[in-house]
Parts: sequence; C-alpha cells; structure tokens
Amino acid sequence: MPYLGSEETVKELKRALSNPNVQSDRLRYRNVILRVIRFMTQGLDMSPLFMEMVKAGASVDIVQKKLVYLYMCTYAKLKPDLTLLAINTLRKDCADPNPMVRGLALRNMCNLRMPGITEYIQQPVLTGLRDKASYVRRVAVLGCAKMRNLQPDAEIDGTVVNELYGLLRDPDPVVMVNCLRALEEILKAEGGVVINKPIAHHLLNRLKDLDAWGQSETLGFLLRYRPRDDTELFDILNLLDGHLQGGDSAVTAATLRLFLQLASGHPTVQADALVRARGPLLATCTASSRELRFTGLCHVQRVLRSLPAQFSPDYKKFFCSYSEPGYIKFRKMEILVELVNDDNVVLVLEELQAYCTDVSPELAQAAIFAVGRIGRTYSERGLAILTGLLGLRQEHITSAVVQTFRDLVWLCPQSTACVCQAIAGCEEIIQDSDGKQALIWLLGMHGDQISGAPYILEDYIDSLKTELSTLVKLELLTAMTRLFLSRPAETQDMLGRLLHFCIEEETDMCVRDRALFYHRLLRCGVEETRQVLGGPKSDPSLGLIAGRPEEPINNWAAHFNTLEPVSSSGSVVAGIGCDGAALPTLGGSDGTTHSAANCTLAVQEASEDLCSGLPEEATSFNLTLGPALTPEAFEKLWLELETFQTVSLPCSEPSSQPETLQAALQLVQIQALAFSRPGSVPWKAYLYAHGSETIILAELLCGPGSDEDRLLVTVKQEPRDEKVQRGFLSVLETVLQTLSSFLW
Amino acid sequence: MISQVFILSSKGDHLIYKDFRGEATTDAINVFYQMVTALPGDQPPVVMTREGLHFIHIRQGGLYCVATTTTNASPFTIIEFLNRLAALIKDYCGSLSEKSVRMNFALIYEMLDEMLDYGYIQTTSTDILKNFIQTEAVSSKPFSLFDLSNVGLFGAETQQSRVTPSASASRPIMSSRGDQGGKNEIFVDVVERLTVVIGANGVLMKVDIQGEIKVKCYLPTCSEMRIGLNEEFSVGKSQQRGYGAAVRVDECNFHQAVRLDEFDSYRILKICPSQGEQTVMQYQLCDDLPSAPPFQLFPTVERDKSDRLLIYLKLRCDLPPKSAAINVSVTVPIPKGSLSMSQELSSPDQRAELQPSSKAVHWEISRFPGGAQLSALFKLEVPGLSAASLLEVGPVSMSFELPKHTCTGLQIRFLRLTPVQPNPSPRWVRYVTHSDSYTIRI
Repeated sequence: MPYLGSEETVKELKRALSNPNVQSDRLRYRNVILRVIRFMTQGLDMSPLFMEMVKAGASVDIVQKKLVYLYMCTYAKLKPDLTLLAINTLRKDCADPNPMVRGLALRNMCNLRMPGITEYIQQPVLTGLRDKASYVRRVAVLGCAKMRNLQPDAEIDGTVVNELYGLLRDPDPVVMVNCLRALEEILKAEGGVVINKPIAHHLLNRLKDLDAWGQSETLGFLLRYRPRDDTELFDILNLLDGHLQGGDSAVTAATLRLFLQLASGHPTVQADALVRARGPLLATCTASSRELRFTGLCHVQRVLRSLPAQFSPDYKKFFCSYSEPGYIKFRKMEILVELVNDDNVVLVLEELQAYCTDVSPELAQAAIFAVGRIGRTYSERGLAILTGLLGLRQEHITSAVVQTFRDLVWLCPQSTACVCQAIAGCEEIIQDSDGKQALIWLLGMHGDQISGAPYILEDYIDSLKTELSTLVKLELLTAMTRLFLSRPAETQDMLGRLLHFCIEEETDMCVRDRALFYHRLLRCGVEETRQVLGGPKSDPSLGLIAGRPEEPINNWAAHFNTLEPVSSSGSVVAGIGCDGAALPTLGGSDGTTHSAANCTLAVQEASEDLCSGLPEEATSFNLTLGPALTPEAFEKLWLELETFQTVSLPCSEPSSQPETLQAALQLVQIQALAFSRPGSVPWKAYLYAHGSETIILAELLCGPGSDEDRLLVTVKQEPRDEKVQRGFLSVLETVLQTLSSFLW
Repeated sequence: MISQVFILSSKGDHLIYKDFRGEATTDAINVFYQMVTALPGDQPPVVMTREGLHFIHIRQGGLYCVATTTTNASPFTIIEFLNRLAALIKDYCGSLSEKSVRMNFALIYEMLDEMLDYGYIQTTSTDILKNFIQTEAVSSKPFSLFDLSNVGLFGAETQQSRVTPSASASRPIMSSRGDQGGKNEIFVDVVERLTVVIGANGVLMKVDIQGEIKVKCYLPTCSEMRIGLNEEFSVGKSQQRGYGAAVRVDECNFHQAVRLDEFDSYRILKICPSQGEQTVMQYQLCDDLPSAPPFQLFPTVERDKSDRLLIYLKLRCDLPPKSAAINVSVTVPIPKGSLSMSQELSSPDQRAELQPSSKAVHWEISRFPGGAQLSALFKLEVPGLSAASLLEVGPVSMSFELPKHTCTGLQIRFLRLTPVQPNPSPRWVRYVTHSDSYTIRI
C-alpha cells in the first residue's frame, strides 16, 4: 500500500524514471508518471522526484508534458532551484509553432508560484499578448494578473494596463472577459477595473457573443457602472431584458441582480423585473440538481421579504417531495410559512400536517413549528392540527407541540383556553429539556386555568435530583413562584421544598442564586413578589407588530446572487428573518428561547440593582401597567397629543436584546410597544405607562439628528403632571443606564 | 473565481485535487471532509465557510465535487459549473463513479486545466475541449453476458445488438477503438420527472411534471439535426393546436444553440449537437395531467379483534394496457413499535418487508402492467395499539419508472440529420418517466 512506506515508493519510482528502458518506451514512461501524479493527489510527498520529472517534461508527448507541468506547479515552491532548470524548456515551448504547445507552456510557466520567476516570464507574457492565436492571448492576459500577484509590492506597469484595456476590443470573447478579470486583479488597490460609459456600452453589445459563464461574469462587472440619466438607464435595461428569461440560471440571477441595482431608484421597475424573473427562479427551485434547487430556494426567500405575494399562487411548487434531503425540506417549509394567504392556507396546512409525522424527528418538529407560525394568524386551524398531533403521544412531537403552544399563547391570548385543555397528560411523554421548559412555563403562567398544574409541577420537584438541565430547573423555580401567587394553598409546601433543595443541595450556582433571589423576594412580601413576577400573560400587540412589514428591495439587492443567502451562517440570519420580525418577539420560538431565558435571569438580577439604586423621587410615585393600549390606540393618542417635553438622556442605544429591554422596562411598570431592530439607524422605541391617573407616551430616538451617545426622548402626557413626568424620566434613565452597564 | 477544485470519494479519499491560485493549503480537503461529515442534519451543507474560505460542493454519483473560493462569488455560477464538470466527466469517462474517476484522473486533470485558468472559467463546451484533450478514456465496463451475445457466432452481428441500446449509452464519447459497431449513435431521451400528491379522498391535489429532452451524440461532427415534436404541442394555458388531444405544457425553455425558426409553425427544433450529452429543451406542466395519474391506491386501515393492525392496500395501475411500470416500490409508514408483520400478497413476484429502523413497510413489485390491479394485506403486531396510532399510518409514497411512456404525451415524430449522411448512423429515441415523488394520503 502506498500509504505505508512512502519512501520505498519514492525510491522505486525514482529508479523507474531513470531507467533508460522505461524512458525509451513511451507508454511505460507515461504510466510511471501517472503513478507519481496519483500518489501526489493522495497527498504523498513526491518532491524528491523533481529532477527526474523535469527531465521527463522534455518530451514530445503532449499528455506527458501536461502531467509533468501539473507536477512542477505543485512542487515548484519547494524546489525553486531545480525549477529554474525547467524554465529553459518552457521558454523554448513558448516559441513553438503549435499554438496549443505555446499556450500550455505559457500558462504553466505563470503558474509556477515561486519567488524570482517574474523576470523569466515577463517577456513571454508580453509577447503572448500579441500572439495571433486567441488561445495564447487568453493565457497571456491572465498571465499578467498572475505576474502581478507574484510581486504585489512592485509598481503597476502602466503599459500593461493600457494594453489590457486595449484588448477589451479583442475579437475573441474569452480574451475580453479575461482582460476584465486581469485588470480587476492588477488594479485591486485602486478599486478594480474602471467601467466608464464607452466600456460599459461595449460590454453590453458584446454580451450576446459570450457563453453563459462570460455573460454572468461580465454582468457582475457592469454592477459598477452608474448610468448618467434615466434615458441611458432604460436603454441598458432594454438591452438586458432578454437575458432575464434566458435558459441559464446563472445568467438570469446575474441579470436580475444588475436590474435590481441599476434601478435602485425605481421600485416599480425592480418589482416588474422580479415578476418577470419569477418563472426562471421557480425553474431553479425545481431543477434536478439538488444544490441548484437549494440555491434557488434561498434566493426566493430573499424575494419574498419584499414581495410576499409574489409566489403565493405557486405554493404547490414548494411542497416537499419525500426523496429530497432535509436541508431542502426545511427551506421549503420556511417558504410555505411565508407565502400563506387566505386562498391557500387550507392546503398548505394540510401539506404541513403530513410532514408532522415524518420519520425524521428534526423534520417533524420543524413542520410543527411551521404550523405554529401559521397558527399565529390562523389560530383556529393551527390549534386544531396541533391538538390532533398530541394524540399520537410521541415524544418529539408532543415536545414540539408544547413549545409551539407556549409561543401561541403569548401572541394570541384567545388560544389560551384551548391550550390549557390540551396540555393535560403531556408531562408523561415529554423527555427533552426544551419541551419541559415550555410545559413548565405554561403551567406557571396559566396554572389558574389548569386544575392539575400544582401536582404536575410537584412531580418535577420530586424528580429534581435526576434532572440534568439547568434551564429546566430555572424555569421550574420561576413557574413555581408564579403559581404560588395564584394558588398559594396548594403550592406552599412544594415551593418550600423546592427552594430548600435548590439552596441547600444544588451545586449549580445559577440555580442556587435564582432560588436565593426568590427566597429573598418572598420574604419582602407577597405584593412585592407579585409586582416583580406579575407582568402580562400575553402580548398580542407584539404579535401584530411582528406581522412583518415589507422590506424594501434595496435592503437585500446587494446580496442577491452572492454566497450570503446560501451560506450556513447566513441561515441563522434568515432564520430570525422568517421568524417574522423586524421587531423580534418576546419568548420567541426555536433558538431564541435559550437567550431569552438567560436574559430573564440577567434582568432579574439587574432588578435587584435597580430596586436599590432608584432615586428617592422615583419611588415616591407609582407607575402601573394599567389597561393595555393597542398599537392603533397608541398611534391615535400619539398624534392627538402635543409634545410635553423633549429631553436628551446621556445614554446610548441599548445594545442589549429587545427581549431584555422589554422585560427590564416591565419591571418598572413601563410597557414597550415597539422597537426597531437592534443596530438599525435610526433606532426607535415606543413606550407607555400609567401613573397617578395620567398616561405617559414616550418615543426613544437614537440616530441621525442626535448625537451618538445620547438618546432623544419625546414625552407626551394626558393629563399633564409635571411630577409624574419627571419621575417617569428618571426611572427610564436609570433602567437604560443599568442595562448598558450591567450587560455590556 | 475559484481557488481550488477537488473531488472526494464518499469515504474521503482524495481523487482529484487542483489548486488554481495558491491561496489556500492542501489541508482544505481534510477541513472540508470533517465539516461535511460532522454537519448536523438540519444545517444546509451546500455552502460552508471556514476562516474566510468558502466551500461549495455538489454530490453526484457518491462523490463530493468541491470548489473553494475566497470571494463572495455567485453561487449559481459555481454550482452550475460543478454540475457541468460532473456532466463532462460523465461524457468523457462514460460514467461518474469513484472507479471511473480513479481510472481517468489524468484526463480529468487535463480537462480541468483547460476549463479553468487561475480560477476563472474559460470554457466548458465539449466542442472546444475535445481539441485540447489528448488522454484517452479508460472505460470500466463490467463483464456482461450481453456483450458476448452481441458478438454472435463467427463474429456476425446478430439481431439482438439492434435492440439493446440502453447499455451502450454509458460509454465515453471519445474512443480511438472506433471500429466498434454503433459508434456514431445518437440518443434522444425524453425524460420526465413526476411529482404527485393524491389526497385521502382520491382527489389529485398536486401534479407537477418536469420534463427534458436530452441528446447524447457520439458523432464526431454532426451537421444539423431536426427534431420534430407532436404537432399538437402547445405552450401556455391559452394556446390550443390541432383537433386531437393537445399535448400541453406550461412553460418550456431551450438550450442556447437551438434554433426555433420552424418551431412555431411545425414544432421542429433545429440543433447542431456537439459531442456528448446536452439538454435541448426543458418543460414543465403543473396541475393539469392529460390522463389519469399512473397509480390509484385504495387503502383500508383497521384494528381487528386481537388488536392487530390490518392494512389492506389495493393498487391499480392506470397506464394503457401495453405499457408497464417497473421497479415499483410502495412505502407505508407504520406506528412506532411495530413488532412483526404477516403478509398476504396477490402474486408471487412481489416482496414485502417490515423495516423497523425507518418504521415502514416496503412493498416491491418488479413489473406492474397497465390496467392490472394488485392487492396486499399486512397484519401488524403493535403493542399498545391506540386509536391515535392509526394516524401514524401514511402517507404512502411510491417510486417507480415508466419506460416508453411520457405523462404529458410528448412524442418525437422524427429525427433527421441534414444533409443525409452516406452511412446512416443509428438513432435511438427513448422515453422514460421517473417518479420524483408520488405521495398518496390515507
């Protein structure tokens, strides 16, 4: 075996290569060289044979020459001195009457990546640029780029650059595209090849001569060109129109990208282009190559962000077929969730329901989450399917359904009664920690409606010793304390046992600290505990706001037809994106639960600081959450009222998660209605609070128009009360400062 | 721009490795293999990134064809390129498999050298590449009795060699041993992929047909070829042609090289095919099948007195009596925890087995003639059978192949080469429909 004793192999090959009998027999000689290359591919070090291989290169046999060149390019770095021996042969080949030999020699000579080679290749490359065979010119043009990259510090040779610009008018289309590529590399430091009006129009006119690869690459270079006025713009778009619906997916995608970027100021033109590219895009989504299908789906997702109705009539194209790999099915389900509308919801849900019982647990769970997301809008239909699934009594299905219930209850309070009825008996089936957390949360939050809630939680307390997950324990502590507030008689004893165990026997610091915290909180009094843990039981306004606003096309046009929509790290971004939110939801589904849980902890600890750190003034009045305000009512009130005061607070945009901020504000009885996405400019948030029979509305603004590290707060109040308003501002400031100091 | 191209076997052996730009190390191969094998199930593997190097790969024939790049390149271009590379390997080496790549690595290196220079795609056209590629393909034909029968007694060509073209379509396009019979063949394949969902009430919920016409040409130089489609062929919803049953598709697109000047009036495609395989036309049809779907299933699922689960399936093939479906396989998901199964099948050439790992029953029928009806009864022993367990049965999925049949009804009327060549080359037209996904809800 070659993997063992490679030294032996090298010796044997060396003997064979220098054996005159082998050398005289063309076939045998070539076979030995083939073996060398095979070992090289497998990763064995064949560099000791360099000398012999160079000799073998001086053959008339072109196949043998090619193999030797491949060998030399691989090892030239290791054996620069020996490589020089080969240069002479290569230079001689560069003058061969056969253009194929000339091109081959020139290409490989430029591929020898070793220091000092440039002085030998400069002359042949320059001669090659004027060669009469286009094959040699193609090689020579790229040779200029290779030469440049071998000595990146040297001055840019102006004559070469001019010559390359001239060669853009070469009759051979590949030479032209290669010139663009070479200029791009040579002029990298100056921002790449310059596309001015004559060049742009020349490229556009040559497009039809190019093959698909050349077309898509040239279209990429044209992205750089900005037309002078609208007339020119529309002339260009007319020229490109045919390529939008051509057969090749790469060309269509490149054309579409160019369309979107050129017409960035004309949203109707962009939308029109997307409508016309619908057919070709759909065709890639059903292509026979899986990878192409996946790429198509990822790009369709981008389009859906701006034109949600675009693909709704074609929803059947996104039904999964059973032979597809999981990663395609996941994408298709995400798309199905997004293009649901009144016409297709029945069939889409029916289709998703079929996936819920899939053999693969991950897929089944993803399908259940998808049904849940549709259930946020069509709650009755969604709930019917989800409750039906509980009947299967399968571990992974029940767990996913309960997690979906938790999110549904938070966003659609009307589903609470139904959910509370359905979750009875789930505790026996759920085994994984995510499912347990969700179930415990539901029992704690809505324990007043579930008769058996304390006893289910008691079972969890009894088996606490064997519980491994910290998060489940934390959730259990919160839920138990919450339930204690609504059903004290039944739970007092259990809560005592739970706190005792967690404080005395628990080794995890996190859990123990939390238990200690609740212990101290309870000692302060039930009312205080209720204030801390009370909060609203659901937040439909968040769900309404989460109905995603249509994103402008320009937000994603720059990344269309790049790796960003397809790459695995990008899928995280896409995952959040399709979770539906320019405004992320609290207690969101899937992956956000962990961070949310951690945040809750952080906030609750922060609240300890807060309570001690609040100024005297703030505690002298009372803010309450009071009656909830719908977004519409808020907007109406906001428009009616006059600005009471605008102040600028010395804190920056909270860099923490919106969930954290919202929870922190709720602790001091300020309700947040809407946030911008973290990091967006300008960043805005809308808040309201009730206090001393007045209602306060506030807008936080950070971004252009105000300083970086200052937050502009506009306050409106009805009726006006100076004292409450001052108190509100000081509470707000403390919260924001505590958050920024505590978390970051 | 592409930094490296490599081909790995499914076990991770390095079959081909070529570095075009010297930006990344050889170690990238191992990094890739570790990443792709350690990927969790729900992560998309197509594009992966490690330390600024993007790995884009396709899987074909059990091989990983990988391209790496450091730029934010167009994924469509790179994936199409890798697909094209795989197609070219198939053309030149006869098939795409670990064995054929191992045997022809010199040829593939030579091909890559001409296709890419400094990571930029130069050309992928067979017509141009064949001028530069000098290595001969080594084809790995398994020993087969069919080959022997072709030789015939005393070397005379028997009748049989005329009717078995399917095996000869998987050979390298360029071969110097040119005196073999049937060298200058042309194959025209009409391949359709069928996706069907049938609801529990037997109503057709979704139909989607993806079809393509492929030409595989072994002629070294081919003048113009004219492919005549059905005259009734119509595109789009509104257009209607002819009096008979129209052959309708929703959309179709053509290869760049196809000339369509006679398409509108006579439904003739004109093309000068280059050597190797190319897709001449692709078409799609959804929601409207001209004939009944090939299979109808009548299932009954119930519990018997001794708490066994009874699944009774009656399967009818609605193809015309002359055609038949082959390699039919029916998969019925069953409740978790099913222990054993007893079966009653209607004829001896069928097989059925219980696969606990995928909790499904597989029922296989090697040949299913049109108009026939088969039935099967499965009795399953399921401990703790509940009413909810019945929900776990289904949906039934089927896979099959329909040779000599197209669901759209697309036919090729004629195939003409102009000008007529002195010794006419054999031309073969083959039709086949594959089930991409055929799902029947219960």
